[in-house]
Amino acid sequence: MGLSTAEIRHFGARPVSGRGLQRRLFDYLGWGLCGLAFLLLSSAMMWILIIVFMRGANALNFSVITHVTEGTGGGLLNAIEGTLVLALGGIALAAPPGLAAGIYLAEFDRGRLAPTMRFLADVLVGVPSIVIGYFGYVTMVVALGWKFSVAAGSVALAIISLPYICRTTEMALRQVPRALREAAYALGAGDGRVTMGICVPAALPGILTGILLALAISVGETAPLIYTAGWSSYLWTGHLTNEPIGYLTYVIWSFISEPFETAHVLAYAAAFFVTLFVLVISILTRMMLDENAGWRRLRPWERRKG
Amino acid sequence: MTFRRFTAILASLGVGIIVVIVAFLTIYAWPAIRLNGLGFLSDNSWNLGNQYGTPITVHGQQILPGAHYGILFLIVGTLLSTAIALLIAVPVGVGAALFLAEGMPPFFRSWLSFFVELLAAIPSVVFGLWGYVVVIPFFGRHLFPSLAKSLGFIPFLGGITGSGYGLLTAGFVLFLMIVPLIAATLRDALVSQPAALREAAVALGASRFETMRTVLLPATRRVLIGSSILATGRALGETMAVLMVSGNALNYLPHNIYTPISTMASFIVSQLDSALQDPTGMAVRSLAEVALVLCMISIVVNGFARLLLYYEGRQRARVA
Repeated sequence: MGLSTAEIRHFGARPVSGRGLQRRLFDYLGWGLCGLAFLLLSSAMMWILIIVFMRGANALNFSVITHVTEGTGGGLLNAIEGTLVLALGGIALAAPPGLAAGIYLAEFDRGRLAPTMRFLADVLVGVPSIVIGYFGYVTMVVALGWKFSVAAGSVALAIISLPYICRTTEMALRQVPRALREAAYALGAGDGRVTMGICVPAALPGILTGILLALAISVGETAPLIYTAGWSSYLWTGHLTNEPIGYLTYVIWSFISEPFETAHVLAYAAAFFVTLFVLVISILTRMMLDENAGWRRLRPWERRKG
Repeated sequence: MTFRRFTAILASLGVGIIVVIVAFLTIYAWPAIRLNGLGFLSDNSWNLGNQYGTPITVHGQQILPGAHYGILFLIVGTLLSTAIALLIAVPVGVGAALFLAEGMPPFFRSWLSFFVELLAAIPSVVFGLWGYVVVIPFFGRHLFPSLAKSLGFIPFLGGITGSGYGLLTAGFVLFLMIVPLIAATLRDALVSQPAALREAAVALGASRFETMRTVLLPATRRVLIGSSILATGRALGETMAVLMVSGNALNYLPHNIYTPISTMASFIVSQLDSALQDPTGMAVRSLAEVALVLCMISIVVNGFARLLLYYEGRQRARVA
């Protein structure tokens, strides 16, 4: 004998007592707690954004981006310039070896060095940024005598963004269909021609996205710069060594604990710029890579912070 | 030179820097390692000695009279703040992952997940700023006193509550920084479980929540453990946010969860200036030893987590 659809539906929806009621209550309780956990995270996120953007917006005015810092007041022109110089310098230094590592891991996977290289890149991601900063201090600032400088700061940032560029390049290259490579090899092209002429151009959007994200990380870093870049209230005069340089995250960290209102205003303005830059790049890259299966490896925490 | 070899050499120059980092820190810290011995990890006194005294020679190393380097308080501070962060982050991360994977209409899922993930994109120093201007006054004035009053009978929850700088504040800020990692990794794993698992559970009469709790969560256990260890590595090495909210205590072991602390990472930033005053240079070398210890811990923790996640990935590839 069979049951009609209506009977089955009735069976499932029947108000139950005892054990069934307990199960249902347990369900509601469980989902409630899960929702609460989500609410906690999203409200913390909102709170941070509100503080940074509301107070930051209040602190903004034209002189902030046209004047240099004077004591704990003035503007942020020197810090904005410094942040850009350091971050771009870091990317310029990290890109060649980072791209090379990504290419090697994706294209020459069977190479003898590949497992070691992958392990080292993974370990490098996990090294705390202050350790890299201290390494930079001991080697470049002291031993090489570069003092606090653009060169030392850029190298420290380069070490931080390198494993990241390597990872995104590898992921982007792995998206390139195998048939493309086979066709190129079949036509007699060598390793270099296949990689640089065929695969890299095909994977270029992904690779550039990775570099863009590395730039965002560099802009948000503080710990590796404190003892490599130093701080300066003046505009950069173009010397690579022996001249300290200012940067935005330093302003956030050190000016907020000053007792002066002008210092707090600058700290909020700096936080506004840094957070806006990082968020805009994160959202842009997410939109660019949304369809891309490889985007999962581009998550923000694959970056390190300090 | 072939292209392949050229790539290999350039790449090795890049990732090989980690070997250089460990090597240089070890070489630089070597006199301090010889001087401090194992007591470095078990003694609780960081003392630069008499700045105006004549340097004396101990174990063949020149140090200031009275100088002694022990970082037990840093190890305790680092481990406790990380433990508190994990203690909150694991349940909250699991809850948020369940909610993001199953608890809301599909339309919102990807965007709300992204919103939570963005929490991980916010720079550390901005977390520190927020902690400094929002969390510390709130905790110090409201939460800590009422917590101590109502739950003071539980060990380590009572006693003097201080000004808001301290262990619990550091743990809370660290929790927010690491929880997106756990939540999003677990959510991905939950979503990518084979549909057959879910169908089988529902066919046995389990509700949606029961399916998640009794079938899908156990199936993703190893992802949860792996991502938690990865998150631990992040929390251990976190610098700026902790520096701004922990109170930067020196030679002080916490007696309750409100006590100011220091972590190894934040200590390196806060102490280098005074360490530079030491004419024998031993203080700076001892700081390098702190950096070396921190580096080693993070290498071990990260290597372990990667190994776990790697095996999980291989297993899943085999099933599919």
